Amino acid sequence: MTSTPQRTRTRRADEAARIPQRGGGKLGYWLYLIPGALLVGLVIFYPIVRNVRLSFFHWRGGRAEESFAGLDNWIALFGDQEFLQSFKNIILVIIAMVIVPTLLGLIVAALLFDVVGRRFGARLSSFLRATYYLPQILPIAVAGVMFSWILKPNSDGVLNQFLTTLTGSEVEINWLGGQYSTAMASVMVLMIWIQIGYPVVIFMAALQRVDPQLYEAAELDGANWFQRFRAITLPMIQPEVFVVALTTTIAALKVFAPVFILTGGGPSKSTYVPSFYAYQEFIRGTDKGYAATIASAITILVVVVAIIFIRVQNRAERKDA
Amino acid sequence: MTAVAQAPAPAPQSSGKDRRNKARPRTPAEWVMLILAILGALAIVFPMLLLLLNAFKSPQDYANSGPLDLPQALSFEGITTFWETQNFPRALWNSIFISTMVAIIAVVVSVLNSFAIGIGRVRGRTWIVLVFLMANLVPQEMLFDPLFRLYDDLGLLSNPWSVILTFVVIQSAFGTYLLSSLLGTFPKEILEAASVDGATRWRTLRSVIVPIVRPTLSVLMVFFFIWTWNEFLLPLAFLNTSDSLTVPLLLEQLNGERQTDTTTLIAGTLISIIPTIIFFLIFQRTLTRGITAGAVK
Repeated sequence: MTSTPQRTRTRRADEAARIPQRGGGKLGYWLYLIPGALLVGLVIFYPIVRNVRLSFFHWRGGRAEESFAGLDNWIALFGDQEFLQSFKNIILVIIAMVIVPTLLGLIVAALLFDVVGRRFGARLSSFLRATYYLPQILPIAVAGVMFSWILKPNSDGVLNQFLTTLTGSEVEINWLGGQYSTAMASVMVLMIWIQIGYPVVIFMAALQRVDPQLYEAAELDGANWFQRFRAITLPMIQPEVFVVALTTTIAALKVFAPVFILTGGGPSKSTYVPSFYAYQEFIRGTDKGYAATIASAITILVVVVAIIFIRVQNRAERKDA
Repeated sequence: MTAVAQAPAPAPQSSGKDRRNKARPRTPAEWVMLILAILGALAIVFPMLLLLLNAFKSPQDYANSGPLDLPQALSFEGITTFWETQNFPRALWNSIFISTMVAIIAVVVSVLNSFAIGIGRVRGRTWIVLVFLMANLVPQEMLFDPLFRLYDDLGLLSNPWSVILTFVVIQSAFGTYLLSSLLGTFPKEILEAASVDGATRWRTLRSVIVPIVRPTLSVLMVFFFIWTWNEFLLPLAFLNTSDSLTVPLLLEQLNGERQTDTTTLIAGTLISIIPTIIFFLIFQRTLTRGITAGAVK
């Protein structure tokens, strides 16, 4: 495992030797890293160190004294029902932000590229692609407010008005505040709506790599759309599927705004996600040490997931080579 | 239909092979798939169409009609109420100022970092890139409490520079990653030529490297701008006075006020979307092309 990066590093070092150098050799280059290093130290690593340290203390905040807690906070975390519930919700968030958008994105990208693009014109297909991508650049807060209008609990809400017209009797369902099932489902729908454009654009760009003759040959051989999808599209864009899965999984673990805006964690804390829980504890909790523990736990989890993904990817690349 | 189909050239396959393919009549199955793709796109824009349809209804009209009904008469009541009760121009300016500053400074920082990493090939560069990438990995709730207290001590709370400083670091993490691998493959001949001509490092960077990678830098700027524009958690934590709010924060605050009239909220949401739509129309190509830039090495 460790030998591979080692090898690439020495090889790159050889290449570097051929690059011309003036004056103080490589030393001069370090100067260019100073602003970036100072900034990242202040804005990223200072908070990390501070919070990790704080996770071993109890602290009410403000001028209160910190008291050493040892592993108290970390032990409490694993018995904390709200924390465990927030992690159960993360699984649903991963379904809504990673699995469904990736699968739908595969289908949409293949449809747009293989059918719409080739048979109805590239302009129509790029117009549709842009439409799918639109929610990606909308501020999540704005999208969230839009959805919360649609889902308003009284007869002001669009969905309730629809259902009233449809059923003929007054419908006033409290989608976001009434019960866990509809609240969580609403959050998931918003996430899918936001996320779908990302895999579509990435996968379509990946398909540009594929030799169009491959599709035509398959078509001449009588392969239908689904067979082409399975035999050509999927294997060709596997690396992109991987990248999309990695980036969206990390985004899912850190998700905050959709929950904050749509449900505020309710009803009765059932739609908490870890980020939201940490935020609430920092703002309203009585022990910032515990809030720091939650935040540290999420950070560790995100870093571990990223490392696992990258190692799996490296291994897959080596197998290909 | 066919005229539309043949007009664009960017797709590599629209050559001779393609024409033969188009000669074959479209099958019913292909039409069905086209309709599915269009229906999906309609589902995406549907909520925004609803906004447009309902933003120009008077409160009475809104209460008495269905969400899909056309307004009985064009009413600007919601829009004027929103405009009069909220300082939207101020929020718009805050968003523009913050996002522009972040876009520019983060690109400068990314260039400086990646010059040392990609061209200078300093020791341990793989690790250095990882250190910078931590800014992208760390959840924002890990940052907000320590930074809140830090900016409080520095007197930067409710000051746009608190958000600018923070997001320069977060965005330049991605920029450093992307540019480092790009500059890692920078043609050596050009660097040698600059060196033979007696250019210093700083001059080589400014007059040789930056002009060559400028297209990538402008894509990065567009993305940094949008990402910063859309940020929510940390601006929410750092910007607390009504003068310092950004567009998403202003709308979220309006949404949270219980007495907000529904038509005002709809109008406000529509107005908050407009800058994004304008930006989208201008930079559509850059966006859809740029998003794939860092995807696969």
